[in-house]
Amino acid sequence: MLHILHQIAKTGIKSETAPTADEDMVVVARLQKTILRTLGRALTIRHIDAGSCNGCELEIQALTNPYYNLEGIGIRFVASPRHADMLLVTGPVSKHMAIALQRTYDATPEPKLVVAVGDCGCTGGIFGQSYASLGGVASVIPVDVAIPGCPPAPRALLQGILAAISAYAPPVAPAVDRAPVEPTLRPSDGPDAP
Amino acid sequence: MNVSPLGLAASSLPCTMPAQRCRVSSGQLLSACRLAWERGGALVALWASDERDLGRGFAVRVLLRDGDGLTLLEHTLPDEGARYPDLSPIFPAANRMQRSAFDLVGAVCDAEDQRPWTWQAAWPIDRFPLRRDFEVSPAWAPGQEDYPFVRVAGDGVHEIAVGPVHAGTIEPGHFRFQVVGEKVLRLEERLGYAHKGIEKRFESLSLVDGYRLAGRISGDSTVAYACAYAQAVESIAACAAPPRAAWLRALCLERERIASHLGDLGYVGNDGGFAFGLSQFSRLREDVLRLNDRAFGHRLLMDVVVPGGIARDLCAEDAALMREQCASLEREIAVLRDIYDEHAGLQDRFRGCGQVTRELAMKLGLTGLAARASGLPDDLRCDFARTPYDALGVRRVTHTDGDVAARVSVRFDETFESLRLVRAMLAAMPDGDIATELPQTPASRLAIGCAEGWRGPIFIALESGHDGSIRRCHPHDPSWQNWPVIEHAVIGNIVPDFPLINKSFNLSYSGHDL
Ligand code: SF4
Repeated sequence: MLHILHQIAKTGIKSETAPTADEDMVVVARLQKTILRTLGRALTIRHIDAGSCNGCELEIQALTNPYYNLEGIGIRFVASPRHADMLLVTGPVSKHMAIALQRTYDATPEPKLVVAVGDCGCTGGIFGQSYASLGGVASVIPVDVAIPGCPPAPRALLQGILAAISAYAPPVAPAVDRAPVEPTLRPSDGPDAP
Repeated sequence: MNVSPLGLAASSLPCTMPAQRCRVSSGQLLSACRLAWERGGALVALWASDERDLGRGFAVRVLLRDGDGLTLLEHTLPDEGARYPDLSPIFPAANRMQRSAFDLVGAVCDAEDQRPWTWQAAWPIDRFPLRRDFEVSPAWAPGQEDYPFVRVAGDGVHEIAVGPVHAGTIEPGHFRFQVVGEKVLRLEERLGYAHKGIEKRFESLSLVDGYRLAGRISGDSTVAYACAYAQAVESIAACAAPPRAAWLRALCLERERIASHLGDLGYVGNDGGFAFGLSQFSRLREDVLRLNDRAFGHRLLMDVVVPGGIARDLCAEDAALMREQCASLEREIAVLRDIYDEHAGLQDRFRGCGQVTRELAMKLGLTGLAARASGLPDDLRCDFARTPYDALGVRRVTHTDGDVAARVSVRFDETFESLRLVRAMLAAMPDGDIATELPQTPASRLAIGCAEGWRGPIFIALESGHDGSIRRCHPHDPSWQNWPVIEHAVIGNIVPDFPLINKSFNLSYSGHDL
């Protein structure tokens, strides 16, 4: 136990401030506020791998490491689509996953935000469309924000999630046919500042 | 393997490890496999190709491995009606490969189990995507198959179905458990959800460009795949990457192993109920990825290894940072290992959980990291060491218990060994070019590329077409061998231990489904 406490103390707090890659990018406080204003609670995300190479999964997993401190910002990954505000979908949609993806989408309550992750999620990427791949996520379910990158680095993912939540207007009238919003992103995120 | 007792003539097969090929009749195929098995050999891969345009019908290729190297057995099925013998009684891992070879090429195996494996109703069952005359119809909508799972009957037995969409951030697959109370009586896997037509896609790329796709067969092993692919191209072109490139490739491969093991150590701790482990190890992993990005321009090192060499040189400043990082990782991981080892709750979850005995591992053909945890010592970096491993010497890591604790222990030991290797590489790295111009590639040449990835040995069988095109590419992930073993490893364990057992293997879905 002493060991553990010592290691915790020595590690200190690793969480960084918000992604600040672009001047106009929302900082953490604003993200937190946006989430609070829009949802009044934590943003819940359900991840779905619709056929990725698993590279995108690695970067989504990285979001939960202490540097990015996702939970601290008020974002939580949940185990069921029924508890999710947002679906984070990776991969070209393989034909074998199309039905499962559609069902997961159907099971998700409003606001039902969909963020397509990676070049594959955007367009099908290197796998394209084929006898086995339907291409981008939008070929199966409506997409709010698409995050390019192969895979997008964690801060690009954060920016995409921010873009989706910022573009979302709390429901006065039911949201229909939302047009996809491209977040302002550099094509590849450079090395992180220390 | 000495094939002369079988009356076979072998010719050499271009590969970076010793390799030979021989044409076999169906009888010889069986006897060669039996002989290999008796001498401790293992099945590496089985795949089929449409060679009707060459007047040869369908080819079934079986790649075996033993202490001498690789042996490729090539059998021809003259037409659609012909069958090749069932190899699964000798090598159980052949079962799914045979089924997949039928789904994709329509090469018929004389086996009792004729259930589809890769096919899941996305195309008509009598069409075969890897045939050269295959045409896609836009009318084929995703369908749903009715897969005949095996059911266990009896008092109190019930079934739990999980997936393909899982609760965590993981890949898609389906698991059927038959349980009594909490205890698992049987598990059956259904994979193939991530099948996105990778082998067919290769055929539309040039040999030189294929490395990007190879690096996306299983993103977590991108360096290993890219190395195997690049070596296959170089073998076809009869050239080699310059020494500095070979050293840098190995450096990247070891950094991939370190990053991956760190991630897994965190997740296995987390699944064992110790979230502290995840936050600590995921922090260390992030440090490795950030330095990858700085040094090579990509966090996961995608597209760094290219045919002919490596895309980016390592500068002195980044090399110094890497040296420092090795030292600090060694210190931190040693502390964390003590914490894991002394944590009674964690050890209670790890020990005896998901055990695979050496005997079972041998029988089922378990490979890679998981096999080393069950006492099978194979490691391409030691068995067939090439530059720079031959100069550095890799300390083989094994364990005998075959449980989650053993797989954790092997990961710790391998991480330390990789850190040592990275340091040694940085100290002795030769100067010089980092890439060589690829000469023109001859057509119709088959070569095998291989690399010991963090999960296990990765193979790429690559065949050139005309004008630098790819005629056929079959990538093989160790997950093919290891997935069926998980079905055995969970028997008698409780259902809540499945995520822990599964994570301790951490197999690839994408690399298997292709
Ligand atoms: S975008 Fe890149 S990393 Fe993500 S699934 Fe596609 S190939 Fe893999």
